[in-house]
Amino acid sequence: MPGKRRQSVAIQAVLLLALVALAWMLVEHTAIHMRERGIQTGFGFLLEPAGFAIGESLFAFDSGDSYFWALLVGLANSLRVALPAIMLSTVLGTLIGLGRLSPNFLLRRLCAGYVESLRNVPLLLQLLAWYFVVTDWLPATAEAIELMPHVFLSKSGLTLPWFGDGGVFFELPMRGEMSISGGAALTPEFIALLLGLSLYTAAYIAETVRAGIQSIPRGQTEAALALGMTRMSVFRLILVPQALRSIIPPLTNSHLSLTKNASLAVAIGYPDLVSVANTTLNQTGRAVECIALIMIVYLILSALTAAISFWFERRSGRWTQTP
Amino acid sequence: MNLAGPLRGFYATLLLLVLGFYWTPAHAGKTLEQIRQRGQLVCGVSTGVIGFSSADSQGKFSGLDVDVCRAIAAAVLNDPDKVKYVPLNAQQRFTALQSGEVDLLSRNTTWTLTRDVSLGLNFAAITYYDGQGFLVPKKLKLSSAKQLKNAEICVQSGTTTEKNLGDYFKSQGIKIKPVVFEKFEASTKAFFSGRCQAYTTDASALAFIRAKEAPKPDDYIVLPELISKEPLGPVVRRGDDEWFAVVKWVIFALIEGEEYGITQAGVEKMKASADPAVQRLLGTGEDTGKLLGLDRDWAARALKAVGNYGEMFQRNVGSDSPLKLPRGLNALWNKGGLMYAPPVR
Repeated sequence: MPGKRRQSVAIQAVLLLALVALAWMLVEHTAIHMRERGIQTGFGFLLEPAGFAIGESLFAFDSGDSYFWALLVGLANSLRVALPAIMLSTVLGTLIGLGRLSPNFLLRRLCAGYVESLRNVPLLLQLLAWYFVVTDWLPATAEAIELMPHVFLSKSGLTLPWFGDGGVFFELPMRGEMSISGGAALTPEFIALLLGLSLYTAAYIAETVRAGIQSIPRGQTEAALALGMTRMSVFRLILVPQALRSIIPPLTNSHLSLTKNASLAVAIGYPDLVSVANTTLNQTGRAVECIALIMIVYLILSALTAAISFWFERRSGRWTQTP
Repeated sequence: MNLAGPLRGFYATLLLLVLGFYWTPAHAGKTLEQIRQRGQLVCGVSTGVIGFSSADSQGKFSGLDVDVCRAIAAAVLNDPDKVKYVPLNAQQRFTALQSGEVDLLSRNTTWTLTRDVSLGLNFAAITYYDGQGFLVPKKLKLSSAKQLKNAEICVQSGTTTEKNLGDYFKSQGIKIKPVVFEKFEASTKAFFSGRCQAYTTDASALAFIRAKEAPKPDDYIVLPELISKEPLGPVVRRGDDEWFAVVKWVIFALIEGEEYGITQAGVEKMKASADPAVQRLLGTGEDTGKLLGLDRDWAARALKAVGNYGEMFQRNVGSDSPLKLPRGLNALWNKGGLMYAPPVR
């Protein structure tokens, strides 16, 4: 029905135009009103020196560096915690999800208990609890424990021999007057955030994995066993390939949530993107610009994650010969 | 919604920005009129800084910044209680003022060049001279901030504090590691559990933190250095000079009140004074109110509502308060401090 098709294309085009016009109107009016009130706008401030120090950073950062550089440090810190947390939560979640299907009663109940207790407590509370447990439990910085030569554990975190702030010289951590100097530290903030995010998200992933495997009719397992396949090969050749198709989309959601939840870092003193952007917003007063930047960065991160998952989904889809 | 959780603050600010800039018409020179029509002053305050603005269990606000709002409401609306307080965090405060959500921002805000000239705002006056200092555990045996080499320093985000920290230690050629928390409670808890070797914020707050938050106040000392100037004061939107003048002069009147010894209890008695300066201030002489768009008793009402600046100080942050801060820089100019108001004449 070409007539009907043309009509629907026209409607969609009009809607799209209206949406663009609305967005343009909002931006334009905001800009006009801000100009009228003498509020400076633009992204030029990003090149000004930031003037604040950042506690931990993957690459060299000095308070004389630009806001742009500071935000990059923040973004790197966000990714530094989100990527390992995604891996950790996926592995842990899968194991717990499988555990819930185990014939062993105790294991099954334990895994169910894990899922129910972790996903029913707000993440912020879990993070704060982890953080204060970790900091209270660790020995004072002055009384750091030397686990191995030049590896210290204290309230300053786990200090390891690593390239120093500049990333140029390999340094051995030493006891300094104030704290442990040199090397790199996995700070209590980082550890608490990584733990909190991974354990919380693993509870969701466990449910996704369990549901994915249970979605495959029992008859298939029984048929495969009747054919003489071992339990392991049934799992590997029958269940996983089919379950993956239904697991990946909700798994992607969990990964996206994790990345966004990582912005709770501000609560426990980890300098992630949102924390650095908060400080930038405060010092420059550029609320519109800073919030726009955060939104764009998270949008790009989420779109990237989704794209990777989509690619993986299609790959695993082809593998099982679905149209 | 799970996704909105951590970024909720940003979505809220975004909504405020969009609605604020989009819907409110630009209103130059009409704030005073709007307040009169509304019968209420809308005052942006902090989400809780003891001594400056904090709410008690009944939701009643008090503090030095709150008294500024009350004095202005008394001068303009003849009733210090006709104030609506809007608690704002450090990120929201300027946007709320820019977009017209509040008439006045009286929220321990430091006057800096950037804020003054690039945000469409005007700082009206200085109500408290503060400076940033350090709280450290006694057992570290520190006597100066210059010894904080490589130290981890706990700090709450959202103020000028982080930049001062950066500037100071850069100028000293010392590297430090800030540990930045969004919430006050988390930052002090981390410090007192030993996560950091020092805690930094404005000296006025350090005294309170040591007295009220420390497990044993005697185990901690405040280092002598103040590393920054933090002149705090109320802020108004730019482009409304009449309103700007009202806010400015009500505060000057409170300071002049102390200079002339006009107390909250003594306002009526002082009206009989033969001193022309007192007469002008209390409206029994020249009518200064007319020039401000107010009536002749404006300053008398403000003084009656909250007392003079000295009384405000003692009650909220000074010897009559839990903070017990010395007057220091905030004493009158003729008593060794910096509080100096241009003459009301």
